[in-house]
Amino acid sequence: VTTTVDASTVEAATPTPRRLFNRRSGGDRAFFAGISMSGVFVLVIMLGVGVFLAIKATDALGKTGIWSFLTTSQWEVGRGRFGIAAVVVFTVLISLVAVSIAIPVSMGTALFITEVAPGWMRSTLIALVDLMAAVPSVVYGLWGGKLLQGQIVPLSRWLNTWLGWIPFFDVSGADPNSPLASASVYTTSTFIAGIVVAMMVMPIQCVVMREVFSQVPLGEREGAFALGSTRWGQIRVVTLPFGRGGIIGGTMLGLGRALGETIAVVLVISPRFNITPHILEAGSNSVSALIALHYNEGSEFEISALFAAGLALFALTLVVNFTASWFVSRSRSGASSEA
Amino acid sequence: MTLQLTPGEVHETTSVQPQAVASDLFRAADRNDNETTIPQRPQRAGPQQRRRTGTLSRQDAMYMVGAGVSALATTMLIFGRLTPLSGKLGFIVVAFVIYLIVYAVLVSLTENRPAVVDRVMTVLLASAAAAAFFALASVIFFTFYRGRQAILRSNTYLEDLSKTGPLDGLDQGGIKHAIVGTLIMIGISLIFTVPLGIACAVYLNESRSRTAGFVRTIVTAMTALPSVLAGLFIFASWILILGFERSGLAASIAVSIMMLPIIIRSADVVLRLVPGNLREASAALGAPQWRTVWHVVLPTARSGLTTSVILGVARGIGETAPVLLTAGFTATINFNPLKSPMVSLPLAAFELVRSPQPTQIARGFATAAVLMLLVLLLFSIARIFGGRPAGHLTGRQRRKATSDSLKDLRRMTRQPQEALT
Repeated sequence: VTTTVDASTVEAATPTPRRLFNRRSGGDRAFFAGISMSGVFVLVIMLGVGVFLAIKATDALGKTGIWSFLTTSQWEVGRGRFGIAAVVVFTVLISLVAVSIAIPVSMGTALFITEVAPGWMRSTLIALVDLMAAVPSVVYGLWGGKLLQGQIVPLSRWLNTWLGWIPFFDVSGADPNSPLASASVYTTSTFIAGIVVAMMVMPIQCVVMREVFSQVPLGEREGAFALGSTRWGQIRVVTLPFGRGGIIGGTMLGLGRALGETIAVVLVISPRFNITPHILEAGSNSVSALIALHYNEGSEFEISALFAAGLALFALTLVVNFTASWFVSRSRSGASSEA
Repeated sequence: MTLQLTPGEVHETTSVQPQAVASDLFRAADRNDNETTIPQRPQRAGPQQRRRTGTLSRQDAMYMVGAGVSALATTMLIFGRLTPLSGKLGFIVVAFVIYLIVYAVLVSLTENRPAVVDRVMTVLLASAAAAAFFALASVIFFTFYRGRQAILRSNTYLEDLSKTGPLDGLDQGGIKHAIVGTLIMIGISLIFTVPLGIACAVYLNESRSRTAGFVRTIVTAMTALPSVLAGLFIFASWILILGFERSGLAASIAVSIMMLPIIIRSADVVLRLVPGNLREASAALGAPQWRTVWHVVLPTARSGLTTSVILGVARGIGETAPVLLTAGFTATINFNPLKSPMVSLPLAAFELVRSPQPTQIARGFATAAVLMLLVLLLFSIARIFGGRPAGHLTGRQRRKATSDSLKDLRRMTRQPQEALT
C-alpha cells in the first residue's frame, strides 16, 4: 500500500523556528531610556573634561606653538617662554620610581593574599589593602613631607655614595666623604616623592593583581601540586603566567594614577624647572603640582597655559590607562572577567 | 596467572637483585596482558593516624625563630663591633638579608632545593605584605601622633579659625568650618552620584548594546582620571565659561566627578553577582524588566550597593586637588554651598601644614587625623555591610519578607471567594 504525501503538508509539519521578538512595554521603554541617558551622561562628562581643557588651552597653545610648548622647560608665562618639557620629565621620573618600588610590594602582597594567607586572614588583608587605597592623598603627603623627608636621607646618601656611578643616583653638589655635608641636598627629591606616590599606587596594583590571581583555574593549580610541585613552583608555572595580563595591566593602571598625583607631590617637593635625571637631587616637579601651585595667580593667558599643561597630562594618562585596560582584557584571565 | 607480591618479598628481593626483579615483573606483565597488577602497600598497624595538612610544622616554626634570633644577634654584632655602620633602615635591611640566608641554610639541612626555594619565597611574599601594612600603620599612627595636641581639645570641633591668628595657641580656634564644609560637599555629591552612579551601573548590566561596552571602558579609564583635571574641568566650565563663583557647589560637582567612576565600577561588579535564576524567575512570572530590576535585582544587591557608595564617599571625602581649584579658601564657617568660598577637611589640612608656624602645623595634622577618622569610620561601616553576600537577609528583612508573602497568600485565597459572593 502506498500513500502519496503531498509535499506541502510535509513542509508544514516540520517545525520552523519561531520568530522571537521582544516588544518592550511602555514602562520598560521609559526605563531603558532613563538608564541609557545616565550612561550617555557619564560618557559626556568624560568627553567634556577633554573638550573643555582643549577649548581653554587653545589660547596659550596658539600663541606659543605646540612644538615649543612641548620642548621648552621653563615656565615663565609672562615672558612668553613656557613649556612642559621639565614638568613632564619629572612627572614621568616620579611615576617610574613609584611604580618600580610598588611592583614588588604589590605583587608580593597580592600573591601572599591569594596563595599563602590562611582563609581567616584573607578578608582582613583585602580590607586593609582597600583602606590603603582610601587613605586621602593629603595624609600620605603629610607623612612623606614631615616624616619620610628626614628618615630617607641616610638611604639617599648611601645610594649616592655606593651607586653614584649610575647616572640616576648621582647628586651634584654632594660630597659623600664630607661628614659636614648638609642633608638638604637630598631632601624634596624625585626619589622621596616617588616613594610617597608608591604608597598610593601599590594598593591599586594590588587589587588588580589579586583579582586576576584569584581567577587561576583550580584544576591547573591542583595539577601542579599533583605533579609534585611546591607552592612556589605552582606560583611560578601556573599563577604568574596566567596572571601576566593582570600584572602588566595593574602596573599600567598604577602608572596612570602616579602620573596624576597632585597633593602628596606638592607637599614633598620644592619645584624646579631644569631637567635632571638625578632622582636623589633636591627639587622636583610634576604637571599636576604645577597646576595646583599656579592656578590662583595671574592673567587669563597664564591660566590658559595651565590648561594646556592639563591637556597634556590628560592625554598622557588616557594613553597609559587605555593601554592598561587593553592588556587586562587581552589576557586569558581578563577575557572571562570582562563580561 | 596472577602475580602476588607480599611487601616483605619485594623488599627482600630488591635489596639483593633489583634488576632481576624488574625483568621478572616485565615477563609477568607480558604473559598476562589482560590482568592488572596491583602493588600491595604494607598495612599500617593500628588505627590510621590523622595526617597534618597544615603547611607550618613545629620544625618550620623553630627554624624561623632560630633564624630570627641568629640574624638579630649577627646584625647587632656587625653594627656594634665590627663596622661603623649605623641607621635604623640599614639595620633592618642587613638583619633581613642575614635572616634569609640563615633560614635557607637551616631548611637546606633537611629539605631539597625546590623546598628551600619555596620556603624562602614564602618568607619574601609575607614580608612584602608585612612591609605594605607596616607602612599603612606608620601613616595612620604618625597622623594621629602629630595631631594629638589639638585633636583632644573640644574647641577644635566647636570653633572656626576666623578669629584665630597663626600665632595663637591650640586652645583657641578649630576646624568646625572644615567639618561643616566637608559634610555639605559630600551631601551634595551624594545627591548627584548615587542616582546617576547606580542608574549607570544598571545600564551596564541590563543593556547588551555596544554603547554599554564603550561606557564601561570609559568608566574604567575615568577611575584613573587625575583629580586635578576634574578640578580644572569644573574650573573651566562652571567658573570661567559659565561665570559662577567659587563655592561649595562647584567643589561638590568636581568631587562627584571623582566619585562617579568608583561607585559605577563597584556597583557594576556587585550587580553582576546577582544570581541569574532570580532574574529569570521574575521574568517567568511576567514582570517587565524595570520591575525585575526594581523589585529583584536592586534589593538583592542592596548591601553591595551600599558598600560601593561608601567606598565612593571614602574616596571623595579625601579629594584635595579638585576642592583646591574650585572651592576657594576661607577661615570662617559658611553654610551656603551656592555662595562664597567653602573649605573641606583635606583642603584645610593642606593649607594649614604649609604654614611655617608649629601651631598651624599641629592644627593641620589634627585636621588630617579627623579626616582619617572619618575614612576609618566609613570603612568599618562598609565592612559591616559588605560582609554579607548578595541576597543575604537580616532577621528583620526575613520577617518582613515572610509577612509580605503571607499577606499575598491571604489576598490570593480571598479573591475567588469574593468573586463567588
